[in-house]
Amino acid sequence: MRYRTGIDIGSTCSKTAVLDENGSVILRFIQPTGWSSVDTAEEIRSKLEQNGISNENSGIVATGYGRISVPFADRCVTEITCHAKGACHIFHADDLLVIDIGGQDTKLISVQDGCVKDFVMNDKCSAGTGRFLEVMSNTLAVKPEELCEMASKGGGVSISSMCTVFAESEVISLIGRGESRENIAFAVVDSIVKKVASQASRIQTVNTKVCLTGGLCDFDFLLERISEELGTDVISVPEARYAGAIGAALCAK
Amino acid sequence: MRDLPEQFSQFGEARQQGFMKVKKVKEAGGKVAGIFCTFTPVEILDAAGFTAVSLCGMSGETIPAAEAHLPKNLCPLIKSSYGFAVSDKCPYTYFSDLIVAESTCDGKKKMYELLDKIRPTYVLHLPQGLAGDALEKWKNELIRFIAFLEDRFDVKITEEALRKAARERNEERKSRLALMELQKLTPPPAKGYDLYKALEGSGFVFESSQRINQLNDLRESIEAAYRDGQGKVKASDRRILVTGCPIGGVLNKTVKLIEENGGVVTCFENCSGIKAAYQMVNAEADDIVGAIAERYLGIGCSVMTPNDIRIDHLKKLVEEYKIDGVVEIDLQCCTPYNVESFTVKNEMKKLSIPYIQIETDYSESDSGQLSTRLEAFLETI
Ligand code: SF4
Ligand code: SF4
Repeated sequence: MRYRTGIDIGSTCSKTAVLDENGSVILRFIQPTGWSSVDTAEEIRSKLEQNGISNENSGIVATGYGRISVPFADRCVTEITCHAKGACHIFHADDLLVIDIGGQDTKLISVQDGCVKDFVMNDKCSAGTGRFLEVMSNTLAVKPEELCEMASKGGGVSISSMCTVFAESEVISLIGRGESRENIAFAVVDSIVKKVASQASRIQTVNTKVCLTGGLCDFDFLLERISEELGTDVISVPEARYAGAIGAALCAK
Repeated sequence: MRDLPEQFSQFGEARQQGFMKVKKVKEAGGKVAGIFCTFTPVEILDAAGFTAVSLCGMSGETIPAAEAHLPKNLCPLIKSSYGFAVSDKCPYTYFSDLIVAESTCDGKKKMYELLDKIRPTYVLHLPQGLAGDALEKWKNELIRFIAFLEDRFDVKITEEALRKAARERNEERKSRLALMELQKLTPPPAKGYDLYKALEGSGFVFESSQRINQLNDLRESIEAAYRDGQGKVKASDRRILVTGCPIGGVLNKTVKLIEENGGVVTCFENCSGIKAAYQMVNAEADDIVGAIAERYLGIGCSVMTPNDIRIDHLKKLVEEYKIDGVVEIDLQCCTPYNVESFTVKNEMKKLSIPYIQIETDYSESDSGQLSTRLEAFLETI
């Protein structure tokens, strides 16, 4: 049996997926990236070996922010291409708008006939990314998923700053003003949604399905708000957090 | 004939050696003019017996010094240039008898006011477009500049000297253009990075005929190597056109990266590239100052409005150089280019040419993200 393995070393989490000859996912796992992507890659290698997967019987492709730190990969492909391929595979579609909210950056990828047509990605600033959500959750002393849950019960408040550092001080002053945590949580989610929507306005799409991949893919309230803002249903499944890894596996030979 | 790598590196060393040469020029009683921009009518400086040298800041090293006087959110080229002057780190600035500048973008304009306090800076008032009596005004501005130089430095700028300078500069432009046009071959014979370095370095060879000879020699060597099957570029590499702001300060994290990931920069539209070389001065015109004025006013830079010249030229280049994708490299906080990029994007879309714009500065902090974006862009072509 010949396998195909994709390793997605993200800034917060690393995802690995192994496909069999039929393209079905037979193994997948996720782990924190930690501070050294080289160590993480080593851990992944031993986990794969425990499951009988190695360079001998599998093509291996690395992607994500730490893609160059995987010495045993046959080659590297950027997360843009991998997320596009992975999303097409997961959602059984060739035309898609992929929204990937990652730890360090948020990307929107327009896919036509299974190929990347256009993409936008935030530059330096971490506003609207997983990192932003994490910082804000810390400020409110909750977990990111709890923050999203709380947000669904709030409303009426907004954060105007798009910059993580300034937004954090805005949140602190909201706390100081005695604003309820639910309302503040709503404002945090709302600012991510607004950022995604503004990126969406800069990308060309044809009438296609819109899907969410990455670590926040099972945050229902986020999905609901993005759908509202874009005026179309945004779909996702829990497996979508592996989109990058699956896409990388699909690039392997 | 010397081998190619050596020929390329001689240009890299030109900037270093230039320091000594400028010193010699000064010691021999010569005059040096520091310049910043493609709009500078160098023919006038040549005719006045000045050695013109570019002071354009291309390193982040002097930005902290500049930020003691300038705001943070300002184009890095402006900050770097000013930083070199204010921290006395640039021997060329140090040796300049005069700095010649133009009222181009707002940031530069206002910076020049401060620069004047460090080194005498003459600002030419450049019209912001071609409309109305712009050409007349610009020509008068050049006449005023000639009078200023004659008066201040006790020189005579004759019509004959202007024509001679125009012919020499034209010849140099033709040599640069011919060198760049080699890239029209499939695959292109040289890496864009090497070519850019050579073009940039040639600005620090101060003797006109020597500069032209070196450029021609390099072209012949590249051609010969290519004929011998020693081209530097794979046939599968994507042909990329680079446009936007001056990129000397961001070459490594842009051009180099493109060329490490399956692309080859086949055409540089921006300053230092084709933009500065393809238009000639009509050296035989009755009114030579008018001819010089006309040539410079026609430069397709974003500080002009409208700037159809750039857009039309881009469309031509995309076709002539058989371009697969366009990368627009803009410097952070450069309003003219960043705004105009929307127009470029739309025009490229009409031609179905993949296009990406990146906005960057002289720091290394965004190199990870840039590499993902550029690599992904190349993957999609
Ligand atoms: S981009 Fe425009 S303003 Fe800048 S150096 Fe070139 S011509 Fe001058
Ligand atoms: S890059 Fe833009 S902002 Fe910077 S000097 Fe040139 S025109 Fe001005």
